[in-house]
Amino acid sequence: MADAAHPIGLSIRNGLKVYPGTVALKDVDFDLHMGAVNVLVGENGAGKSTMMKVIAGVEQLTQGTILMDGEERVFRSTDEAARHGIGIVFQELNLFPNLSVSDNIFIAREKTRAGVDIDMAAQREETRRLLRRLEHDIDPDTLVGDLKVGQQQIVEIAKSLAQDARILILDEPTSALSASEVEILFRVIADLKANGVGIVYISHRLEELIRVGDYITVLRDGAITGARSMDGVDVPWIVRNMIGEASKDFAKEVEHDYGDEIFRAEHISLPNKSGGLAVDDVSFSLREGEILGVYGLMGAGRSELLECIIGQQRDYAGSFFMRGEHLAKRGVSDRIARGLALIPEDRKQDGLVQILSIRENMTLSSLGAFTRGIHMSLKREAETVADFIRRMTIKIASPEHEVSSLSGGNQQKVVISKALMTDPKILLMDEPSRGIDIGAKAEVFRVMRKLAADGLGIVFVTSDLEEVMSLSDRILVMSNGRVTGEFSKDEATETALVEASAMGHAPDHAPSSAFKEAS
Amino acid sequence: MTAQTATAVPRREMDSTSMLLVILKARTFIALILVFVFFAFAAPNFLSTANMVIMSKHVALNAFLAIGMTFVIVSGGIDLSVGSIVGLCGMVAGWLILNGIDLGLGWSIQFNTIEICLLVIVVGVAVGAINGFLITKLNVAPFIATLGTLYVARGAAMLSSDGRTFPNLNGSAEYGSDTFRMIGAGDFLGIPISIWMLIVVGCVAAYIAKRTPLGRYIYAVGGNEKAAALSGVKVNRVKYFVYMFSGFCAALVGIIIASQLVAAHPATGDTFELNAIAAAVLGGTSMSGGRGKIGGTIIGAFVIGVLSDGLVMMGVSAFWQTVIKGLVIIAAVVIDQAQQRVQSRVALQAQAALGK
Repeated sequence: MADAAHPIGLSIRNGLKVYPGTVALKDVDFDLHMGAVNVLVGENGAGKSTMMKVIAGVEQLTQGTILMDGEERVFRSTDEAARHGIGIVFQELNLFPNLSVSDNIFIAREKTRAGVDIDMAAQREETRRLLRRLEHDIDPDTLVGDLKVGQQQIVEIAKSLAQDARILILDEPTSALSASEVEILFRVIADLKANGVGIVYISHRLEELIRVGDYITVLRDGAITGARSMDGVDVPWIVRNMIGEASKDFAKEVEHDYGDEIFRAEHISLPNKSGGLAVDDVSFSLREGEILGVYGLMGAGRSELLECIIGQQRDYAGSFFMRGEHLAKRGVSDRIARGLALIPEDRKQDGLVQILSIRENMTLSSLGAFTRGIHMSLKREAETVADFIRRMTIKIASPEHEVSSLSGGNQQKVVISKALMTDPKILLMDEPSRGIDIGAKAEVFRVMRKLAADGLGIVFVTSDLEEVMSLSDRILVMSNGRVTGEFSKDEATETALVEASAMGHAPDHAPSSAFKEAS
Repeated sequence: MTAQTATAVPRREMDSTSMLLVILKARTFIALILVFVFFAFAAPNFLSTANMVIMSKHVALNAFLAIGMTFVIVSGGIDLSVGSIVGLCGMVAGWLILNGIDLGLGWSIQFNTIEICLLVIVVGVAVGAINGFLITKLNVAPFIATLGTLYVARGAAMLSSDGRTFPNLNGSAEYGSDTFRMIGAGDFLGIPISIWMLIVVGCVAAYIAKRTPLGRYIYAVGGNEKAAALSGVKVNRVKYFVYMFSGFCAALVGIIIASQLVAAHPATGDTFELNAIAAAVLGGTSMSGGRGKIGGTIIGAFVIGVLSDGLVMMGVSAFWQTVIKGLVIIAAVVIDQAQQRVQSRVALQAQAALGK
């Protein structure tokens, strides 16, 4: 397997990792090929992240050895691993929102004069060079907190590039990136590969894995169920190894008729910080039982549009109508009372109160339903929560545990439950499948289908082409704040969507005739 | 359905961790019992009824403030102004009893005890509302906003009497304010009025925290303000409430002290806010917000109160008392951190037992 072109740079032998009460890795043998992309795949909780944490020195193996260049190594800290040329980009971003982009990239490795004075100019220059390599025009002095999630991920990648890592671990690097940004990332990966860097690539997007990978390792329940070179690997093979025999499909189509128009947005515009428009004159309508997919690149204004609809952004121009009634009052609680609900993109920051229990998180938006006067019925609350846990098939030990103890997929189900408890008429979902495993994804999509069949209107934002194509009844493409394309389910093609999503970024703003040609 | 699967983890390990967790959770209570038992042996007359009554009166003052402070801290803020509100409210009460309100028309309005109390409470709540306004509408950090009102309220208290004490607040039977003294001196069924008030306020606060949406919102805002706002919680209203409630508690303390001393001094309540914060933290309230219990805070107030009174009775020097108090607070926070770790481990274990 280890042919001359791709020597093995690091191996794990008989790796066993036990957390209190659970075995995360069982007797794992893993080889990391240099100058190649080593793809790692498995459902959430299969042990991918644990294995990478072991390699990167975040965690230590309970038993077994890590070999590098034939020598046994123990990495007690990320520092130690970094000294051996191992860099990792975590799935959960580890950036300082209050520091600038260049400060973040050089954190703890500042370029200094005489060991004290930080050489800002050199750092800025280096940052610019790195970001140019990643084809992103981000000012090195921007605060990371002001960047969108996708841009932050780019910064995170730039940070490991800056460390000249020989082994680079990317844990779901594309989960927040749009198609064109993924392309850029792939070019960077190819470049690194050519320089002999060994890359470990973790993702839930299977097509992506097949495209980019040279070697594949599949994990299930902490054990490796398949490892081979990428030749001849196809999606069914991966899925079979990941989840056993039964393949899970995206939600099956349930045909149902659409009802009347339930929601309409007219000429919505929202200024952004740099003086332009984050959302530029967007209008659309939504019917009962319809799933409207909003596709677009990162920074296209999709999330901002949802923020306007839910009332989080108050400074927009234009108006929203629900069943013909104007939504005059701005503010989240009023919009929720009117029957809107948002599932935010960033679960950790915006979706959940991490230190509260699962129960308290689920009912946060709908406490009024359990309250008479000022008295809240804890019994009815617990019953409703139990009911939702059953319906959403959330795997938890107890609803009283902190929500942070759950896996990504289960956390997302808690967020969705919270939204559904308010009995919404319209559900706004921002990247609902971000960072959750394929099984949970299928369940989320099944729930979306069912809700639509029950007459809810759903607006969902995604940067995953396949997802938007298979799930939407109608697709809206946004680019640079504007709607650059609208397609019915039948007329949408991947090419048309991608072209429309790039349209707003053309130097010369194309008029709508160009969009007709594109579709 | 999930309870049985959780037992798949080795039983003994689970049990010992849960035991540890129970002990850690009850730590403030255990600490209270320990200091109590210790002083019962070490300090003469500690267990006498007279001492108990005096001690509980001392504790009550701090406990009121600590209850208000708990809500503020749980919501993710801090209220440094409570000590000054105590002083200001005491002065307002004294002024009203001695002078009434002079409208400059040659006669003044005089009030009875109930009216005086209500007016004083309005003043305390109003200062809390100013805190809330500064923090929500003008976006001032809670620490700075309440530091500002700390000085303003203290200064106003000084100005009201040019720094002098309002003496002899006996009230007059003619105006119905002669009962003012009873708040501090009277008792009902052998228990001081101020303790009854503490019981009522404590129960109401615990009820709000546990059984009302407002209480849940306070925890949510402290845990993750952005997520709470996106869930439809009216964050500003919640913040207004916690600071106004804190002001309310401080006003009660101002009234009680003025009544107990039958005098109002503008420096009353100096550094009370620090004792209140200490009691809340001792009771398990997390300074980063989102966590804390009213019951824990009250027990925390008792630990501090019993400790300082007991040390006085033992004849320990005031300087050593301060040192000991500080050490107890530090120990409490260290143990709290340990509890958090154990607690999340238990939750993770149970989750892991589900076979994920």
